[in-house]
Amino acid sequence: MTVVEETGLTEGRGEGTDVRTDADGPVDAVPGTELPDRPRRIGGVSRSGVLSLAGAAVSGLCVAVLLFGEVAPFSGALGFTVTAYAAFLAIYAVLTGLEEDRQAVRDRVMTVVLWTAAVLLFTALTLVVGFTAWRGREALPHGNFFTQDMQAAGPLDPLTHGGIAHAMLGTLIMITIALAITVPLGLACAVYLNQIPGRFSRFVRTIVEAMTALPSIVAGLMVYAVWILGLGMQKSGLAAGFAISVMMLPIVIRASDVVLRLVPGTLTEAAEALGAPRWRTVWHVVLPTARSGLATAVILGTARGIGETSPVLLTAGFTAALNGNPTDGPMISLPLAVFTFVKSPEPTMIARGFGAAAVLMALVLVLFAIARVIGGRGPGHQSKRQARRTAKASRRDEQRFAELHAPALQLFDSGSHDDTEQTNDSGDSH
Amino acid sequence: MGNTVSFGGPSVVSAVEASGEPEPDRPVPRRLLTARGLGDRLFRYQLTATGLAVLAIMAAVGLFLLLRAAQALRVRGLKFLTTAAWQPDVHNFGIAAVLTGTLLIAAVAVTISVPLAVGTALFISDVAPRRLRRTLVTMVDLMAAVPSVVYGLWGLFFLQQHVIGLSRWLSDWLGWIPLFTVDGTRPGEPLASESVYTASTFVAGIVVALMVAPIQCSVMREVFAQAPAGEREGAYALGATRWGMIRAVVLPYGKGGIIGGTMLGLGRALGETIAVYLIISPVFVIQPHILQTGSNSVSSLIALHYGDASTFGMSALMAAGLALFLLTLAVNFTASSIVARSRSGAQSEA
Repeated sequence: MTVVEETGLTEGRGEGTDVRTDADGPVDAVPGTELPDRPRRIGGVSRSGVLSLAGAAVSGLCVAVLLFGEVAPFSGALGFTVTAYAAFLAIYAVLTGLEEDRQAVRDRVMTVVLWTAAVLLFTALTLVVGFTAWRGREALPHGNFFTQDMQAAGPLDPLTHGGIAHAMLGTLIMITIALAITVPLGLACAVYLNQIPGRFSRFVRTIVEAMTALPSIVAGLMVYAVWILGLGMQKSGLAAGFAISVMMLPIVIRASDVVLRLVPGTLTEAAEALGAPRWRTVWHVVLPTARSGLATAVILGTARGIGETSPVLLTAGFTAALNGNPTDGPMISLPLAVFTFVKSPEPTMIARGFGAAAVLMALVLVLFAIARVIGGRGPGHQSKRQARRTAKASRRDEQRFAELHAPALQLFDSGSHDDTEQTNDSGDSH
Repeated sequence: MGNTVSFGGPSVVSAVEASGEPEPDRPVPRRLLTARGLGDRLFRYQLTATGLAVLAIMAAVGLFLLLRAAQALRVRGLKFLTTAAWQPDVHNFGIAAVLTGTLLIAAVAVTISVPLAVGTALFISDVAPRRLRRTLVTMVDLMAAVPSVVYGLWGLFFLQQHVIGLSRWLSDWLGWIPLFTVDGTRPGEPLASESVYTASTFVAGIVVALMVAPIQCSVMREVFAQAPAGEREGAYALGATRWGMIRAVVLPYGKGGIIGGTMLGLGRALGETIAVYLIISPVFVIQPHILQTGSNSVSSLIALHYGDASTFGMSALMAAGLALFLLTLAVNFTASSIVARSRSGAQSEA
């Protein structure tokens, strides 16, 4: 609709090879005249397009009003919208069909449909996030919400009592435990999948990929079966950390695997050619090259791990008190706190639930923003500071080489230089 | 050797010259990894050990569930699959009801989310204004990371009241299809109780659909964006409209991505716990009417009963968890094999 799409086709426009094929634009090229040297418009607005769009919208609305008010016994806001939309599409197709061929009509109608799908999805998603943030506004302004736990606050207490400090601390501890397990294990496994190819590593990769959509409650059940039923431990933050790790591990491995695969083969080959052993290649070439991507993988895994409720539900128990010891006694995390708060019928508890959900969402948002900032670049692309540091290092190397082999280099350098100059000269004299 | 070539003078001459040269002069690729140092060998062992450890953890999930579930499964045998009730303490339990509920919720979710996800992915990759694209991609990825409990809250406190109109409309007009029947209502009856439409499979399905749509959309968009520029331009050069290009190039190329993304979303939808738990009111009968109140799913069954379960009840829950695990595993294997076989994956192995 309001799109002007330029494809790569148009890049050669200076050479006069461009032919304007007018399949869907307004027909204004008269045969026989000089064709203007303009890129072909693939989407884009034209006056008639906008007019027929507006006309179709108005008449679609009118058809719906007519049907609902006068002709047929339809009712309901939703039915109205659906009827209006269907009428709009049909009329738009007819209007476009007045001056375009069938292909173009189909294109226009599908463009509108794609716009609708996107608008619908983004509206719904914005609604989800906005609704939670909006309902969280009751609890969030109270400072005690962030500094107190729920031990002294009953369900009937106003929002000036109690808070979610215990859940925030719990989330922090659990995710720390999960990261301490997932990061070394996950990254090492991803390196294994990339560096030691073979039948076994292919098998491991298949299993890991199948496990990425492991239902989180199954991860919780597994830790419950092993840690609590099998080893007779009590429910604790540590068990919850384990459960989150089991859930996060495949996600982190898979994301890191993809990133490591993008490390240019030329770099590793260069390291091998210089005689570096494999572990040095990995440590000094592969991992630094993929650093930002790996950080993104870990952070995205963290965002998933922080938001999961069900593994924590099964393994952490429930408490209203602040508990800083992950090995002893129950612990609670933010999503679990949200879950238990909103199960209560009390409005203040529900307000607390929304407040906690808003905090959780903000946390995920921050993690995501960090991931974007450090992970926006592909492997091998450096930030300005990194580039400066690399340049400085290679200048230092150059100097070092120059000091070591000064005479030899000098000779070689000047010799080749003269050579090129000579060829250039001879080329000119011809 | 190739010196029987009859193309012409020069090539024959060169072939003779080539054959005259001794064989060993051909460049032999340098063999790598012949003599590994100690550090390298340790490195390999360590990495292999990590791979084994990860594999062991993943195997432990299935193994321990199976071990714990064995007791319950031995008691019920095949009846575990056909019983709808859940009374483990009198040895009358099965996953017929919860499994049906799980599948129905996932089916509703996928039916709603896939058209939205495909449409949005195409929109981002081909239709959206260029300036908007990066923002939209970031938004979709961010939405995929929003915790499921947030979606659950939205479904419980917002969607539940607003969807009644839609449910009623569907059951009024499509009530003759068994799937959309709602017991106790007649079409066009305005005074029917609204509560029969809440806490249903349909509501849970919508919420799960919104939850999985960003995930599906992000997978599909990635594949659509990889569709070769040369083929796109070729289609345009042949006079295709944008939609014509999408149908001729992007959709066939991205078929694997569409299927893979759908299955990935399906896997998430099958396993979703909290959002579903918050919304449905659990029933232990097979409930095929998706608009009617009352539904169930395997994961919400576990979340509901793990607290008050006896030892045997826990074993029964483990059996239900095992069934869910196997189901998602099957879905995932299918998805990854489809994606691996399709052309879409070919270029991601860069």
